[in-house]
Amino acid sequence: MRRPGRELRELLGNPEQSRPAEGLPSRIARDPAGVRYDHHFIVDTIEEGSRVLDLGCGRGVLLRLLVDRKNVRGTGVEISEEKVYEAVGKGLSVYHGDIDEGLSYYPDGMFDYVILSQTLQEARATALVMCEALRVAKHLVVSFPNFGHWRARSQLLLRGRAPVTPALPYEWYETPNIHSLTIADFRLFIANLGMKAERSFYIGRRSPVGFWPNLMAEHGVYVLTRDSVK
Amino acid sequence: MSDYSTESGSAASLVGLVETQYAEFDALPLDSGLELAPLKIAYETYGSLNDDRSNAILLLHALSGDAHAAGYHEGDDRPGWWDIMVGPGKAFDTDRYYLVCSNVIGGCRGTTGPASLDPKTGQRYGMRFPVVTVPDMVRAQKMLVDHLGIRRLLAVAGGSMGGMQALEWVTAYPEVVDSCISIATTHRHSPQQIAFNEVGRQAILRDPNWCGGDYYDRTAPDAGLAVARMIGHITYLSDGSMHEKFGRRLRDKEVYGFDFTMDFEVESYLKHQGEVFTQRFDANTYLYITKALDYFDLANGRGTLVEAFREVPPEMRFLVIAFSSDWLYPPYQSKEIVRAIKGNGLDCTYLEIRSDFGHDAFLLEAQQQTHLITHFLEVTAHRRGVGV
Repeated sequence: MRRPGRELRELLGNPEQSRPAEGLPSRIARDPAGVRYDHHFIVDTIEEGSRVLDLGCGRGVLLRLLVDRKNVRGTGVEISEEKVYEAVGKGLSVYHGDIDEGLSYYPDGMFDYVILSQTLQEARATALVMCEALRVAKHLVVSFPNFGHWRARSQLLLRGRAPVTPALPYEWYETPNIHSLTIADFRLFIANLGMKAERSFYIGRRSPVGFWPNLMAEHGVYVLTRDSVK
Repeated sequence: MSDYSTESGSAASLVGLVETQYAEFDALPLDSGLELAPLKIAYETYGSLNDDRSNAILLLHALSGDAHAAGYHEGDDRPGWWDIMVGPGKAFDTDRYYLVCSNVIGGCRGTTGPASLDPKTGQRYGMRFPVVTVPDMVRAQKMLVDHLGIRRLLAVAGGSMGGMQALEWVTAYPEVVDSCISIATTHRHSPQQIAFNEVGRQAILRDPNWCGGDYYDRTAPDAGLAVARMIGHITYLSDGSMHEKFGRRLRDKEVYGFDFTMDFEVESYLKHQGEVFTQRFDANTYLYITKALDYFDLANGRGTLVEAFREVPPEMRFLVIAFSSDWLYPPYQSKEIVRAIKGNGLDCTYLEIRSDFGHDAFLLEAQQQTHLITHFLEVTAHRRGVGV
C-alpha cells in the first residue's frame, strides 16, 4: 500500500533515485584489483583495529573493505534507505540518518577515524560536520570531486556550460552536490578551520596523479587532523 | 495491534500446530514493593534449543499480544501475531534458532493477571491485582528463561511494548543477552501516548458494567473496552493507510443516512475491531497494561537515558527499527534511543522504514524487517560462535 502522490514524485525523479546505479556518486578510477583508488588509499592509511565512523557510507563498500582488511570496529551513517539495506546485507552496522543531524551524541575521541568519502559536497553544514568529526576522532579522511579539474574548467571556459564530467556526472538540475569546490578551495578551507593535512592523495582519470593536482586530479583525498599550532 | 495482519501477511504458516505451555513460580517481587504469588506464565516455543543452549531468542509481545507468536492452535484459522516473521526460512528462522514467547504478567492470555484467582480470597483479583511495570514483566520473563534452562539469550526482540521490554532486558540483565531488537517503540511514553491510553482507560472505568473491576461473574464492560480498542486502533493506523483502506466510502448505502447509524466504512471497521477485541481481551488487563506502558521510562533509577546503557558490555549489538508513518511511536523516539546507545560507543543499527502502515507496520512489513533481522542475527550468531 503506497500513498497517492508518491508515484508522481518518483516519475519526476528525486535526486536519490536519479543517481547512476554504479560508480556512485561519480566515476572513480580503480586499481588493477578493481578497488577504487580512493578506497585503496584509505585502507592503506587506517591502522589495524581502528575505530571508524563512515559518514555517508552508502552501500558499505569501503567500510566492509576496512573491516575485512584492517579489522576495524566500524559503523556508518547513510541517508538512503535502500543503501542501508545493502550495507546491513554486508553485515555492517549503519545508522539511517542525515549527517547534518550532527554528532553531538558522541563523546570526544570516541573514534580514531571519521570518513567523509564523497559526502562533504552534499552536506549542508560543511564546517560544522568537519569540526565535529575532529572532535569525536583524531583523524578525518575526506574525499571529494575536484571542480578544478581541466575537463571541468574547459567545459566552462570553451562551451560556457556547467561541467558534466565522469567525476561530476550530474546536470545542474539534478546534482546532489550542493557545494562545488576545488582542491585549492579545500586547502584554504581546512587552514581556516585550524586543521592540517597529514596525508593527501590525488586521482586522475585512470590512475593516481602526483603533480598539479588542482588541474589534473578528478578527486582529492585528504587525511586531516587538528593543527596544534592554531 | 490490528486484526487485519492476516490480510497482507497470510502466507501459510510453516510453524504448524503449536500449543501453549505453562510454568509455575512461587512468587515475583514487584517494583511497587508488593509481590505476586503464586505466578503462572503461559509460553510457547518454536524450533529447538541447540546442544550448547546458545541459540535461544526471546520474543516480546505488544499491548494486546500473547504467547502465541507463530503457528496455529488446533482449530484456529489465524496464525500467531508474528507468524510473518517466525518460521523456517523467516527472519526468526526456526531451523536455526529456538524461539520463546510468553504472555506478560497482568495479561489475560494464560499468564496470571487481574482475571486470575487471588489465593488469599479465592475470588478473582480484579483491581486487587498489584500494579505491574515493564521491568516487572521482564523480571518474570527472566524467571521463565532460567526455568527453561537457558543461560544466554542470543537476542531479545519485540515491537511496541515488546520493544520496551527488549530495552529493559538489556539494561536489567546485560550479562545474559547478546543482542537487542527493538522495533517501533520508545524509551518512555510521551504525554501524547499517555493521553491516548488515559482516554482508553476512562472508556472502561466509566462503563457502568465495569463495577470497580468486579464484573467477572456478570456482564463485562464490553462497551468501554471496545471504545478503548477503537481509539487504540486509530493510533495504530496512519492517515495514509486510512485513506487507502477506507477513503470516504459509505457502508452498505449510496447516500448519507442523515441519522446516527453507520455511514462510513471506517466507522464499521472500528466497530468491528472493538467488538472482536472484547471476545479475547479482559478490560482490567487493558487498564493494567496501559498503566505499565505509561510508567515505563528506561532512565528510571538509572540517571539519564545515556547512563541507562552504561552497564551494557561492548559486545552487545542493537537493531532499532522505526516506521516513517508511525505517529504513535514516531521515529524521533527511536532515534533518541539510538543516540543514547551510540553515545556509549555501543554497536547499533538503526533504520526508519518507509511505510504507510503506521504503527502497525511492525506486524505487516515483512520484507524489509526480514532482511534487517536476518542479517543482524547472522552477524550476532557468528560473533558468538553459535552452532546450529
